[in-house]
Amino acid sequence: MPLLSVADLHTHFRTPRGILRAVDGVSLTIEKGESVGLVGESGCGKSTLGKTVLRLVDPTSGRVTFDGEDVVRLSRDALGPYRRRAQMIFQDPFSSLNPRHTIERILTAPLSVHGIGDRNERRRRVRAMIERVGLPLSSLSRYPHEFSGGQRQRVGIARALILGPDLVICDEPVSALDLSIQAQILNLLVEMKRDFNLSYLFISHDLSVIRYFADRVLVMYLGRVVESAAGADLWAKPLHPYTRALIQAIPDPTRRRQAAPIGGDIASPEDIPRGCRFHPRCPIATSICAEREPALETHAPGHQAACHHAGKLSRPPEA
Amino acid sequence: MTTAIEIAPQPEVSGRALRAFLRNPAAMLASGFLVFVTAVAFAAPLIYPEDPLSMVARPFLWPGQNPQFPLGSDSLGRDVAAGLVWGSRISLIIGIAAMALGVSIGVVIGATAGYFGGRIDDGLVRLVEIFQTTPSFLMLIVLVAIAEPRVESITVGIALVTWPTIARLVRAEFRSLREKDFVTAARGLGYGHLRIIFIEILPNALPPIIVTSSVIVASAILMESALSFMGLGDPNRISWGSMIGANRETLRTTWYLTAVPGVAIVLTVLALNMIGDALNDALNPRLSAER
Repeated sequence: MPLLSVADLHTHFRTPRGILRAVDGVSLTIEKGESVGLVGESGCGKSTLGKTVLRLVDPTSGRVTFDGEDVVRLSRDALGPYRRRAQMIFQDPFSSLNPRHTIERILTAPLSVHGIGDRNERRRRVRAMIERVGLPLSSLSRYPHEFSGGQRQRVGIARALILGPDLVICDEPVSALDLSIQAQILNLLVEMKRDFNLSYLFISHDLSVIRYFADRVLVMYLGRVVESAAGADLWAKPLHPYTRALIQAIPDPTRRRQAAPIGGDIASPEDIPRGCRFHPRCPIATSICAEREPALETHAPGHQAACHHAGKLSRPPEA
Repeated sequence: MTTAIEIAPQPEVSGRALRAFLRNPAAMLASGFLVFVTAVAFAAPLIYPEDPLSMVARPFLWPGQNPQFPLGSDSLGRDVAAGLVWGSRISLIIGIAAMALGVSIGVVIGATAGYFGGRIDDGLVRLVEIFQTTPSFLMLIVLVAIAEPRVESITVGIALVTWPTIARLVRAEFRSLREKDFVTAARGLGYGHLRIIFIEILPNALPPIIVTSSVIVASAILMESALSFMGLGDPNRISWGSMIGANRETLRTTWYLTAVPGVAIVLTVLALNMIGDALNDALNPRLSAER
């Protein structure tokens, strides 16, 4: 049984301009100990998906099953045990820590809210955790603004892990950091996964970060998963033209001239194109693409794509 | 992996604000004056043990005419200096108590509206609008007229007309703060609503609340003075407003009887506003850095 299984999840928001379909029918599974990467452009619904899985945003429909329990049906009061087991690391380490609280308070509060341990036990756990993420004990009495971005992200990681979760959703945890710091934080996340036997849903728009991190990759476009494959398969043989375009967009010094692999902008999630939602930007789109939305189909073992022309490099002749 | 961590020593937020406040000469002058007024108010029973409403002197003594009554006496032979000293108590008590009550109501209602949003917000915003569209001083007069004119009822009345200002301010702060990631993180960690409102969000919304509170004390003192001037104050207590009101008929001959308590009101309110300004500068780091 997978640790997390999401089935046909929809999260829609009502806006003045219509219904915004941020997550529009996503299904995915995460096994225990697995790192799943979720990649896509800004505004494609990655973060909303992460927040919906954690019930920080209520889904419109669909199921989120964690360890056999449907967390969508849990009332807010009954979410407590789930909160202990599924946590989040945020993108912006500047706004994700309360500026008025010391690091010690930030790390102790989750333990006291969940009634874990007595005073001494909490103190011991907080101290162990702060050292584990590579910060000195003296940082406990300090405030978030006294730290650099990378140090704050360490605090964010410590806070996410202090309750001992099984699943951690990392929402672009390194995109706000300098390149040199990114590697440190990624290494720390890998160490943490090994030490605490974590499963990650790793959200990023940066393919090179995902490549380093994920066992399996989901590519998301306008609220839908368009391709799902083991990391190596995806890099070697992308089936969906959008995935291929994303991979080609990574600068490659061996190619002298960089192609402009993808034109146009992502459509608005309030006005999703009919048929395949990628077809207005797709280099190989045909008439069927504008009419029928392709389903996510298995094309090779463990490799799914939602494309009528999956794997083809050029536009097939019109029938 | 390197874990070399160096933490730049930086002054803490509140320490920096305090230093900015202490470096502001206007703020120090105003604070000094308020400390003096507060000390006088506390010491009133020691300085003038007698009831300030009792007739102790010949009527209409000018200031300096009799060294025993340095600020003179009014039409009934009451000591103006004693009235001024005892009046400061009423002004400060009502000013501070009304502010405390009004801010408490405003924070609770504004925080609830801003944090929960949706229908709760709609309902509470209507309530605030009902209070804000009614002319506040007229409402205060009605409230005090319905209740007995006592210090308690005046305090409650002033609090009831001032809380909407704070409620709107707190609501706006909460609406922007609740979108911050640290609030999302708090929800994700399973914190309860009360904990998120009062422990996570409220401390971050405090600076503008503190600034507005000092201005509310000033306006509460003004409202009390206006009520007393109109004879709607507590008849058993002397206040600066009632001194002005009682002596307004002799304004052309013995002007000092209205000028002395008038100056006391002006200076106190001015000091409170200056402190509000200085707090605004000190608690708003971007602004104070530009100066």
